[in-house]
Formats: sequence, C-alpha cells, structure tokens
Amino acid sequence: MSFWDVNLTILQGLVTTAELFFLTLLFAIPLGLIICMGSMSKISPIRWVVKTIVWIVRGSPLMLQILIVFYGPGLLFGLPLLPRFTAALITFVINYACYFSEIFRGGIQSIPNGQYEAGQMLGMTRSQVFFKVILLQLVKRVVPPMGNELITLVKDTALVRVIAVYEVIWMGESFIKKGMIWPLFYTAVFYLAFNGILTLLLGKIEKKLSYFD
Amino acid sequence: MSLLEVHDLHKSFGKTEVLKGIDFSLDEGKVLSVIGSSGSGKTTLLRCITQLESAERGHITVDGETVFDADETAKLTKEEKRRRQLNFGLVFQSFNLFPQYNVLQNVTLAMELQAKERPDFKEKKTELLKAINDEALRLIDSVGLSEKLSNYPCELSGGQQQRVAIARALAMKPRILCFDEPTSALDPELTNEVLAVIKSLTKLNITMIIVTHEMRFAKEVSDRVIFMDGGVICAQGSPDEIFGGSDNARLNEFLGSFQK
Repeated sequence: MSFWDVNLTILQGLVTTAELFFLTLLFAIPLGLIICMGSMSKISPIRWVVKTIVWIVRGSPLMLQILIVFYGPGLLFGLPLLPRFTAALITFVINYACYFSEIFRGGIQSIPNGQYEAGQMLGMTRSQVFFKVILLQLVKRVVPPMGNELITLVKDTALVRVIAVYEVIWMGESFIKKGMIWPLFYTAVFYLAFNGILTLLLGKIEKKLSYFD
Repeated sequence: MSLLEVHDLHKSFGKTEVLKGIDFSLDEGKVLSVIGSSGSGKTTLLRCITQLESAERGHITVDGETVFDADETAKLTKEEKRRRQLNFGLVFQSFNLFPQYNVLQNVTLAMELQAKERPDFKEKKTELLKAINDEALRLIDSVGLSEKLSNYPCELSGGQQQRVAIARALAMKPRILCFDEPTSALDPELTNEVLAVIKSLTKLNITMIIVTHEMRFAKEVSDRVIFMDGGVICAQGSPDEIFGGSDNARLNEFLGSFQK
C-alpha cells in the first residue's frame, strides 16, 4: 500500500465530498432566498411557519437530521430507503438553506430603505429595483458571512459517513483495517487544500466588489 | 388651475397624527419652500405628495389629473401607481445614489429601463441609447460634474453626490421636482454648491417643492413659502410676507431661532 494508493483512495472520497459541496450550494442558495422571503413575509402565519422550521433545522444536530432523512421515511411509513447520497444531499440543502436564509435576511435588512425608494421614485418596478439596484449590494454584503458558511460546509460533509456515504474521512478511515492509522489524519490535508482554494476564490470576489461601498 | 393641488391631506403613524389636513396649490414653474421645525410634518408632507407614504385622507391632482386619492389607492394597479408617481422627482436628504454604478450610469439607469419597455426598443435600440446617453451628459454637465462621469459615488464629496442625485431625478422629466432637506446631510461648505444648482433650476422654470432649513436660500429662491407647525400649515405666503415680519407668533418664534 504505497503513499500514492492512499492519495488515490482519499481522492475518490474527495470527489464525493466535492459533489456534495457543490450540489448543496447549487440548491441551498435559491432555497435559502425563498426561505428568506418567507421569514420576511408580511403574512404572519407564513412568517411563523418559516421561522419555526428555521429554528428546528438550525437548532438540532445536522448528524441527527441526516439519520432522520435517511431512516425516517422507512421507519415511519415503511417507504424504501433513499439512495444514501441523495438523503445526505437533501439534508444538507435544507440545513444550509436555513443558515443562508438568515444571512440573506441580514443582508437585505442592512440595505438602506433609501435605495428602494430612490428606485421607486425613478419609476422602476419592484423587480427592477431588486435586480438592478439591490442584488449586487446584497451580494457584496453576504460574501464574508457566506464564506464562513462555505468553509463550515466543506467540513460538515464529513458527517455523512454516519449513513456510509464514502467521503474523505470514510476513505481515510478505511485504511485502519489494513493497520494504517495515518491516512485518517492525513485527510486533513485535503480539507485544508479545499478550503484554501475556497478562501482564495472568496477573496477574489470580495476584491472584485470592493470598488463601491 | 394650478399645476399641483393638494387637498385635505391627513397622515398618521400609529396614534401620532403627523399631517392634520394640508391644503395648498402650486402654479407651474413656481418654487415652493416648506419650512418648520423638526417633527412639524414637512418631510411627511413631501413623502405623501411623492407617494412614498400613503395618506389616509386627501386628494392630489397634477394638471387637473388625480395622482392621489386616499379612497382609491387600494384599487390601483402597481402599473398605474408607478405612472402617477412619475409626476414627481425626489432628491433625498441622504442622496441615495446607487453605489455600484458610476455617475453616468446613475443618471442613465432609469431612463434605459424605461426605454426597454417601449415596443419599438429593439428596432431603435442604438438611437434610443444614444439619446439617453446625450441627455445624461447634458444633465451631468448642467450640475457641473462632466469630469466625474466614470467616478463612483464613494469617490465623490457629499455635495457632488447630491448634484448627481439632482441630475438623476431630472432625467425622468418629473412635472414637479421635490427636495427633502437636500443640504441637511452636508458640511456647511458643501451646501452652497448644491444650493447653487437648485437655484440654477429656477431659471429653467422647473416646478419645485423644497423642504429646507436654509432660510436665506428659501427667501431667495421661493415664489411661495409654507410654514408648517404641528401637522398643519401655520402660515403661508410670499417670501416677503413670511420673512418680512408677520404677526404670527409661532412663525416669529421659529424664525427667531435662526437669528441666534
């Protein structure tokens, strides 16, 4: 079992981890926006339902949520199990969308009302105001807190090993059977590299948006 | 008939009645200043006229056409409300320029969005955009900022930002241009450049309503002055009548506080 083989095996896990990461982002950002709208809705029942969901999702352990989504439908309703990766993805999308929604809400509420009013006085429709005036300012404001969440997301993917999705840690741990403990600790290098690239990218975006305030 | 007629405007926030029945009219090309202490309802009046706030009671017409009627606001389509609101331009106390756009883009943005709604936009795209660009350049030149076209708001002084905001408001060709304490957020040495721009507009016969704390300026540029106190118009008249000594005790007390 050479060093090369260990890398190759962990890299297979990294593919799963990266898939989970990117697919979660892809779905959780739009869902987060929808949840955000719900939590700011003028209709109070919608607001309270959404706020309760966000409280439950943010207030309970992600690991437990993964187990519930994977085993719950079978235990409760006798439904067939979802594919492991799908169950993991659904859990992550819902969980992260709830966190994102609060970041978006903070971002939207931090934009001065005068921006909306200025757009309105210039004859813009609500959607023109949002897309042409607010959105980029919102992006600028949410990039730093989103960066935090993304880095946490990379590491949280390790939790899906509880339902035997073969991600980085699972792969590293698999060498223990063969009497090798170091590959498990060596997986840290892969997370650090992933997050290193992410940090650089986020820094680039921040820099790109630094021309206005 | 006057260009603008405001009739019996009432507005409350919760239990606080801020406007308690406002009536006035303004002729085309005239300049109206609204003065009064903080909390007297000046800004709320302006926000009700420009329809950023909805008055609970009252009626507003521009050129004889109803632009606000408290009894029918709920029934209006968004489109109709938007069309009516375009009668007014508003220059805010805090400028509210769009930070991610440069000076030229701040002025052209709304004009371009409006042009895109035209059915013939696709065929005439180049000429329309050219016309918008020329108009924006002209407006920016008229507020003296031709050299700052590609600067972003954060690179401008407060006075320059407010001048861009004036050009931006003029771009939509409002029938009535409103100013909500346009110099209150500015350092004293920057107020003059903004006041000079507003003054230059009076020569173009633009109908204006100016809420201001600059008494000298109000006296100089206005055709009419309204003094508000406690949600009502406490006194109104020509600048001479208002500033030239009246027997209105509340007005004298207010103006006296500026002499100190």
